[in-house]
Amino acid sequence: MASPSAVLQSEWTKIRSVRSTVWTLVLAFVVTVGLGAVICLVFNNQWSSMSDSDKATFDPTNTSFFGTSLGQLALIVFGVLVIATEYSTGMIRTSLAAVPQRGSFYAAKVAVAGLLALVVGMATSFITFFLGQALLGSHKAHIGDPHVFRAVFGAGLYMTLLVLFCVGAAAMLRSPMLGLGILMPFFFLVSPILRAVPKVKNVAKYFPDQAGQKIMQVVQTSDNHTPYGPWGGILIMAVWVAAALAGGFLVLKNRDA
Amino acid sequence: MLASLAPMIELQGLTKRYGDKTAVDHLTFTVRPGVVTGFLGPNGAGKSTTMRMLLGLDAPTSGDVRIDGRHYSQLSEPLKYIGALLDAKDVHGGRTAYNHLLCLAQSNRIPRHRVDEVLETVGLTAVARKRSKGFSLGMGQRLGIAAALLGDPEILMFDEPVNGLDPEGIHWIRNLMKGLAAQGRTVFVSSHLMSEMALTAEHLIVIGRGRLLADTSMADFIEKNSRSFVRMRSPQPERLKDVLAAAGHTVVTTSDGAFEIQDADAADLGTLAAQHQVVLHELSPQRASLEEAFMQLTAESVEYHAGGSLPPGQGGAGGPDVIAQGVPAGQAPGQQPPAQEWGAQWRNPGSGKGR
Ligand SMILES: Nc1ncnc2c1ncn2[C@@H]1O[C@H](COP(=O)(O)OP(=O)(O)OP(=O)(O)O)[C@@H](O)[C@H]1O
Ligand SMILES: [Mg+2]
Repeated sequence: MASPSAVLQSEWTKIRSVRSTVWTLVLAFVVTVGLGAVICLVFNNQWSSMSDSDKATFDPTNTSFFGTSLGQLALIVFGVLVIATEYSTGMIRTSLAAVPQRGSFYAAKVAVAGLLALVVGMATSFITFFLGQALLGSHKAHIGDPHVFRAVFGAGLYMTLLVLFCVGAAAMLRSPMLGLGILMPFFFLVSPILRAVPKVKNVAKYFPDQAGQKIMQVVQTSDNHTPYGPWGGILIMAVWVAAALAGGFLVLKNRDA
Repeated sequence: MLASLAPMIELQGLTKRYGDKTAVDHLTFTVRPGVVTGFLGPNGAGKSTTMRMLLGLDAPTSGDVRIDGRHYSQLSEPLKYIGALLDAKDVHGGRTAYNHLLCLAQSNRIPRHRVDEVLETVGLTAVARKRSKGFSLGMGQRLGIAAALLGDPEILMFDEPVNGLDPEGIHWIRNLMKGLAAQGRTVFVSSHLMSEMALTAEHLIVIGRGRLLADTSMADFIEKNSRSFVRMRSPQPERLKDVLAAAGHTVVTTSDGAFEIQDADAADLGTLAAQHQVVLHELSPQRASLEEAFMQLTAESVEYHAGGSLPPGQGGAGGPDVIAQGVPAGQAPGQQPPAQEWGAQWRNPGSGKGR
């Protein structure tokens, strides 16, 4: 069978040789870090006008990750394009003619996209945290404070899992238009809106993004209470990811290219 | 695994249905090594579908196709066995030609210097670092061929490689295929142009509506199908007819009043006419083209003809006539003409304005 390292190397060449990889990941980084920095600056300046209860439940770590809500859109584009452009361009037929073992092809693609997302996600989350805290002045959290490292590390994990979820979903949908058309509105509009609707929000808590974002919270309040903890949340997200990836594999395995 | 001596492609009852549409219908044939095998069929005959199944891209509904005794998916580094160009557009246009070939090479552990070599072979070295979405049709085709050549494979497969190319490009591909076969490689190339195949292929496989219509050597096909005849016209048709009949020739009168005499020598006929003092206005040796033979063969299975009937002015040139006379859809193309019968209908009046 095809040599796994050869297929990995090939997928690495593929991913690094298209522009969308660079601009989506750079955009995700810039938006997440930049927006987090701006928000931290605003909080620092407005601190005196905040209510006592707001001050009591202020979560400097989570505040610095404010930008992920927007930055993750670029990650969604990255995850979708990694696999869906194979279909939209017809490259999939050339790829599968070179690597007819579809499992190996898919595994390599997922691994390369996942590893790249992990590196970029971790860099983004740690830089976001340190820059945000620097701008929060005296209200900042330290990486050594309880649960803070978990939240920062978890933010990188969240970004990686989000990308993998999109890779799996796009493998099922086989089209960039469909993939982006469904996933972008879902994560940007549907999920955040349902989070605010009474009753429905108890279901929405189990959506991949909402469960996964739990890990970025350090301060627990009655507002952000969930039946699961931070690691439980990431586990729920991981289950979603596994399901999406498995679905994508079944589609790739069974359908004509 | 017991491999055959030389790599070959074997199809066994290969069938593909899309819904209730049968695109490929129990195809059984073997593509033999060392020659160019032409895979001919009109539009929609199932050529591309057959090739996709060969590469394991589409799963057969039933039947089997093997390369060197193995399924395509059992080949561990397939580009080293078989290089294929299905559709030159099957590339990510945002990737440079070099990187496109590099990622294919890496997946099959083909050394990097091969990328430069094949780029040189197809003449794309100068644009190797350009993204392929800016390529012209011809450049795209060359990139696809470069990918097929990458693993230096013994078998090469091209799906309508000359489609949309200018004469120079066509010439180049033709010579490339001949060169590859001359090196002893197996070349399997599809086309819907018989004339093109006559120039490159040694063996012919003809399909129509997914079914095998012919599996023959090109020499045989030409021998059986390019009948020659002599066309004669005279202001004294009755007299000429009598003279010819007396000399033992079978005469076919065409719609424009000319005579066609099969398998006769023009010089002999001219002498004969002179001896009997018959005035001739035309005496021309003719050859039915292979294109016409091909159309004759596939007429029944042509799927998409241009409307049911042709405008009157266009009826002269055998081919379109034959297509227009095609069996209406729904009538089973079941009784395929056995080999001996090809071209048997050449006597059809009006069908023989050879080229
Ligand atoms: N994915 C598909 N879904 C449905 N029908 C298909 C599909 N692919 C091919 N067909 C049908 O199968 C038949 C054979 O198509 P195919 O492309 O193999 O023909 P072809 O011989 O390559 O034709 P051409 O000379 O036009 O390229 C056609 O009628 C086509 O419409
Ligand atoms: Mg075709």
